[in-house]
Amino acid sequence: MKLLVTGLNHKTAPVEVRERLAFDGPKLESGIEALLRLDGVSGGVILSTCNRVEVYLTVQDPERSIPLMKRFLSEFHSIKPESLEDALYFYSGSEGVRHLFRVASSLDSMVVGEPQILGQLKDAFDFALRKKATDVYLNKLMKKAISVAKRVRTETRIAENAVSISYAAVELAKKIFADLETKTFMLLGAGEMAELAVRHLITNGVRDVRVANRTYERGVELAREFCGRAVRFEEFKDELVNTDIIICSTGAPDYVLFKSDMKRIMKERKNRSVFIIDISVPRNVDPAINELDNVYLYDVDDLQEVVDSNMLERRKEAEKAEAIVEEEVEKFLRWETSLDAVPVIVALRQRAEEIKSEELKRLFNRLGGLDERQKRLIETSFTAVVNRLIHPPTVALKEDAEARDSLIVLIRRLYGINGDEEE
Amino acid sequence: MVILFELALTFYFAATIVGVVELFRSSKATTRMMMGLAALGFLIHTVNIILRYVLSNHLPITNLHEASSFFAWSIVLLFFYVEYRYRIGLLGSFIMPVVFLIMLSSSILPREIKPLSPVLQSYWLGIHTTLAFIGDAAFAMAAVIGVMYLVQEHFLKRKQLGSLFQRLPNLQILDEINYRLITIGFPLLTLAIITGALWAESAWGSYWRWDPKEVWSLITWFIYVFVLHARLRVGWKGKKAAYLSIIGFAVVLFTFFGVNLLLKGMHTFVR
Repeated sequence: MKLLVTGLNHKTAPVEVRERLAFDGPKLESGIEALLRLDGVSGGVILSTCNRVEVYLTVQDPERSIPLMKRFLSEFHSIKPESLEDALYFYSGSEGVRHLFRVASSLDSMVVGEPQILGQLKDAFDFALRKKATDVYLNKLMKKAISVAKRVRTETRIAENAVSISYAAVELAKKIFADLETKTFMLLGAGEMAELAVRHLITNGVRDVRVANRTYERGVELAREFCGRAVRFEEFKDELVNTDIIICSTGAPDYVLFKSDMKRIMKERKNRSVFIIDISVPRNVDPAINELDNVYLYDVDDLQEVVDSNMLERRKEAEKAEAIVEEEVEKFLRWETSLDAVPVIVALRQRAEEIKSEELKRLFNRLGGLDERQKRLIETSFTAVVNRLIHPPTVALKEDAEARDSLIVLIRRLYGINGDEEE
Repeated sequence: MVILFELALTFYFAATIVGVVELFRSSKATTRMMMGLAALGFLIHTVNIILRYVLSNHLPITNLHEASSFFAWSIVLLFFYVEYRYRIGLLGSFIMPVVFLIMLSSSILPREIKPLSPVLQSYWLGIHTTLAFIGDAAFAMAAVIGVMYLVQEHFLKRKQLGSLFQRLPNLQILDEINYRLITIGFPLLTLAIITGALWAESAWGSYWRWDPKEVWSLITWFIYVFVLHARLRVGWKGKKAAYLSIIGFAVVLFTFFGVNLLLKGMHTFVR
């Protein structure tokens, strides 16, 4: 049983190819079923996200399965095999384990450290479990990958640093406010980047959203999209008294919010903190506003700086994470190779048991007239002999990782155990 | 007994060191170690106080050594409560140095237990002083939280968003806890002053004698009236509230140590 990973991701394939290969909706179920029908496959998990499509299989012989997988993917998704040729990668054995661990730990992600991938992997595994598509090996592997990802997350700070402007804005908001759920938010203008930031805020709990746009209709439209309320642009300053977070992104050539405005507003709101994010270029909010107590103003450059330093920090943390992954891969491989010994140990024990019962039967026949107690004593003593004889080779097989391969060959020869009969 | 006090002091010192290390590079291990050391120190400290109670047969707060030791003890107790209740990061790194310094000043003050003058032997001793100490501990904690607020506020304003910024709690929670602590400390201080007056009446026959301690307690009381008024009526939240709580605690400290060491009065314990 060997691991084979087949897949493609944002680095190897453009989105047009990725989306055609995606196993979404009903395709996931039929995909898994079709995979399990392939020759030599005993278990499978499909991970399909917007950045990657990967199939994890346990197969008898990876070399033989690679061309099968290529054909399967192109047939299943009706794509010409040539268009997949450069996009697909294959990893087997230890490379495959390492790849999975890196994917789970978000080291292979487009945005390194982004937390979604682990959830997506868990979902993929759960689905395969429900469909009974996994075998013991895959179960162990997937569970290990999830725990490695958790270890990376707790032991490094890889996931802590915001690396997009909108994400950085949300992180800052969380350092000013304790609970975003109770905070009110206003979008001023309607830049594209601002929209992204609003979405981030909403997924982080902000519920009360107002939109003020120069064209009121566009504001209404946006407000509907965010389940918020449109405010007339001329009136936005009055609304600010009850607004905790402001994202400003109008196309105005000059400031729309001055220090004197904000001073008055702060007085009216009794100095409750305000977080203003000005992502418009040229800036729309007077920078002097940052001098006011309890007002925190960040412009697009400030946010970019946060992002840049976080990127650097994240790269450092990624190195630590790689080391953890490497350590875990090694541990897993050690466990995996110890599995190689299992069939030999089983066969050895079986062989010994066979000999024991044959010889016992013959002895009982020849002696004749033994009572139960005598028989039991003789049997116990036979068992002890057998156990003591096969104990050392069993221990050696289990524990001596370096000599294991040669030991397996040796023991098969010495005891006359054939290779492929078991299982 | 001396050993117990020194042992507690040592553990608080170790917790302080680990706490400072934690400011620069924290991990779960350092946090756990800091809490463990503080808890051990607290346990030994508690035994020390109980022993002194048993030996003297009244609450061990009748000389400045005992009083400051009890003060430090109350702060640690409150620290565990706030930590348990809010679980805000790095609180120990800021509070343990304060605890250690108070314990250190306690350690250099004379320790012998002298018999309490009969007029002071009354149940008021326990009530009055416990109220005062827990109130003061709340003010101490509020000031420390205020310092944390100012540090974090500084980072946010100057846009210095390093790793310490990442690990410090958010401004709102710091401001809330600061306020909560003052609303705990203020009524306790008020009650301490009232019970003090009642006790003075029963011991010396008059409610108020303008003893320096009384005067300074009243000043402290007015300061916290101002802190609460400024926050609730004028809207002095956040930064200004943090500054005020630090000033308030400075006055508390003066009332506590300064009055006893520099000014003479009824409260200068038994000399």
